[in-house]
Amino acid sequence: MTKFSRKGKGKMPGISTASLPDIVFMLLFFFMVTTVLRETNLKVKVFVPFASEIKKLEKKSLVSYINIGKPLQKEVYGTAPRIQLNDAFASKEQIREFISSERDKMSEAERGKMTVSIKCDKDVEMGIVTDVKEELKKASALKVNYSSRLGNKKEIFSNF
Amino acid sequence: MADIAFQLLIFFLVATTLDTDSGIFRKLPPMPEDEPQEEKVEIKERNIFVVLVNKDNQLLVENELMNIRDLRDAAKEFIANPANKSTLPEVVVEDIPPFGPTPVTKFHVISLQNDRGTSYGTYIAVQNELTAAYNELRDELSLSKFGIKYDDLKDDDPRRDAIEKVYPLKISEAVPKNIGGT
Repeated sequence: MTKFSRKGKGKMPGISTASLPDIVFMLLFFFMVTTVLRETNLKVKVFVPFASEIKKLEKKSLVSYINIGKPLQKEVYGTAPRIQLNDAFASKEQIREFISSERDKMSEAERGKMTVSIKCDKDVEMGIVTDVKEELKKASALKVNYSSRLGNKKEIFSNF
Repeated sequence: MADIAFQLLIFFLVATTLDTDSGIFRKLPPMPEDEPQEEKVEIKERNIFVVLVNKDNQLLVENELMNIRDLRDAAKEFIANPANKSTLPEVVVEDIPPFGPTPVTKFHVISLQNDRGTSYGTYIAVQNELTAAYNELRDELSLSKFGIKYDDLKDDDPRRDAIEKVYPLKISEAVPKNIGGT
């Protein structure tokens, strides 16, 4: 008779789930801190090109976005590249209006620092981008950021 | 407890995006006021570096076909003109405070022109190489004089301005021609 008799013979004890909430909460906080709330639903396909000399956009409130790409719903909108402002397709003439409304949202001191981020698909032809740039010049929104992702040489030169 | 946390977690996973926005910064030239004056700004041939990109993503640099891989070094040589060649831009000696008299290619301009049919990816690749040429030169100068990378200098650091005076970013974009585009 041993004093320390084993209870359930050879049975593996189940994994304790007591720490599960802690783990999940940690994940939750991680995602809450690192991510940004999605502001618009993209209606165009945007796969931004690769580049190496990129800088981060700092103040989100000073940035307005212009998306350019082929519509996701080909059956409805066709395949010609379109401009998307906020949540809807727009013509290039609407850009000026869009810029001035974005400008109105900012405080006066910040208006000069306004940046426009052009998010354009890498396969789109330059014609439409040039039109957008001309419109931005007319709206005197001159600080532009060509959105791109960090890539190596092979990815950057993939078109050549 | 865990269930609630899981639900919150899934909500945040769905409703948020991870991508940090980054890209190449550029300043567009302001719109010319009034009617465009036909006042010709004299730029000497040697001071211009012409980069043309066609719709087939080929590069014509100073009237010669060039591989994109060589563009960065060609641009660097043009911007700095270290050997003071007569075909490359004029070198002017300027007094820039922390450096003292420094040779600067003050009048150089990189002229970039693309076709309306050029793909955006190509355009960004070319812009990237030109920016890289400037950044490499600035980094070299900054490391040799201050022992710190140009990129690590703060925005309001006077040393940053000094470096920008030695290598001013001058990329001029002509309005694209429509040769092979849509």
